[in-house]
Amino acid sequence: MTVLASIADLAVTYRRAPQPALTGVSLDIEAGEILAIIGESGSGKSTLARAIAGLLPERTSVAGHLAWPGLDGAPRAGRDIGYVFQDPGSSLNPVLAIGEQAGEGARRHLGLDRRAADAEAVRLLARVHLPEPERIARAYPHQLSGGQRQRVAIAAAIAARPRLLIADEVTSALDVLVQAAIVELLVELVRADGMTLVFVTHDLALASGIADRVAMMAGGRLVELGPTSEVVGMPKAAETAALVAAHIDLATPPLIGEAS
Amino acid sequence: MTEQLLVARDLRRSFTSGGRHVLALDGVSLTIAPGETLGLVGGSGCGKSTLARVLTRLMAPEAGSIAFMGEDWLALDGARLRAARRQMQMVFQDPLAAFNPRATVGGVIADALRIHAVVPRAERPKEVARLVERVGLPSDLLGRSIREISGGQRQRVAIARAISVRPRLVILDEAVSALDVSVRGRILELLVGLQRETGVGYLFVSHDLAVVRAVSHRIAVMAAGRIVEEGPAARVIAAPSSDVLIDLIGAVPRLNRNPRS
Repeated sequence: MTVLASIADLAVTYRRAPQPALTGVSLDIEAGEILAIIGESGSGKSTLARAIAGLLPERTSVAGHLAWPGLDGAPRAGRDIGYVFQDPGSSLNPVLAIGEQAGEGARRHLGLDRRAADAEAVRLLARVHLPEPERIARAYPHQLSGGQRQRVAIAAAIAARPRLLIADEVTSALDVLVQAAIVELLVELVRADGMTLVFVTHDLALASGIADRVAMMAGGRLVELGPTSEVVGMPKAAETAALVAAHIDLATPPLIGEAS
Repeated sequence: MTEQLLVARDLRRSFTSGGRHVLALDGVSLTIAPGETLGLVGGSGCGKSTLARVLTRLMAPEAGSIAFMGEDWLALDGARLRAARRQMQMVFQDPLAAFNPRATVGGVIADALRIHAVVPRAERPKEVARLVERVGLPSDLLGRSIREISGGQRQRVAIARAISVRPRLVILDEAVSALDVSVRGRILELLVGLQRETGVGYLFVSHDLAVVRAVSHRIAVMAAGRIVEEGPAARVIAAPSSDVLIDLIGAVPRLNRNPRS
């Protein structure tokens, strides 16, 4: 396995924050893997994802090292790294046609002209399994459902054919039926293109279905890192064990007794 | 068989959305008994939140009837409606939107006790402290602004407020969906414990079938404005008959110890 990104002793403190959001995080991201970053609210999982993508706000204090041995030089956001956010309602531009947003990465980073980019946008919309991609390319975000908007955001994120795709809580605003379909789409795309996927979520069960490795964050620290089967099957950190214990599925004993 | 707490018959409600006529409730009937939890599941847009809003009278149905504690719930008004409202409380997904943003934790609960005159004025502070403790919040949170506390803590305040007036029925619309998994477990245990103590009935609305199954005696499945199947929780899940329930069962994430093997 070759290392795509190498993170050493990363610490992040937001401006005016009393506490660091991340402390002493060291982690290698292997090329081609699906790495899940798991944690509850405030654990630092999104801060870590944003630090990797270079998307931290200005005047954030960052210490430690982030190296990209798998790339020729520093990554260019949008080119080498695609980022999909939780809420496509706010990450998509409401007054720009879907096709322009999906094709922007191809126009800007692959040097396609307007017409080629338009055609590429339709191809991308078809790749994320949107029905009638030509029609959707001319539509606006408000005319689509939440799940369809998230598919558009994914199409835009992969437009420049990045090496790394970061999906930051991309399914938590969606209902469970749509959630399953979006996760399936991400796996299909990264496997087909040999992309690396960093999948940030609070849902260990959801991640366990797709991830090669799990990084467990708590209190701004990386508390456990390992192959998914080991982390889920024999959790070492108390925080991971608590998440495994709190999992509810259809095999969990009900909290109520039998109906009277 | 005890008398039903809530009996809804043939509720109808439609909307016009983007020039299209949508039947959000297309003849929905359901019952909830005292001390019972009815789980209501379905995908987005199936009409489950509309049903919660119609039952709580936040929205009027176009047709149908609702009997609550034996009274014609839709015909109540004035003082009798206010008195009956105390018996049916609700908790939503985002409690921040449901609070006065300038309120304190203690103030939110004290207001509910005052409005519905649950306990004599002199006993109010003690009752507020008891409720805050009951939902597992530290007492030093009482003076804090509702905006300064975490989402999980805020959802506990919403539950404390809902139960403070000792209702017979609480309608929970995606009440735990936005919470961290560890917090979610404690809130569910809290709800079940309160039901054992007080015999309160719940309508538990969620898209998360696993959570609904954990707390519900019966489950109703909604699709396109209709209840497509309904029955005891274990039986409904063991033998699903509708496409939507089969899909919902398939979409429940399982902890997979051997990914892609």
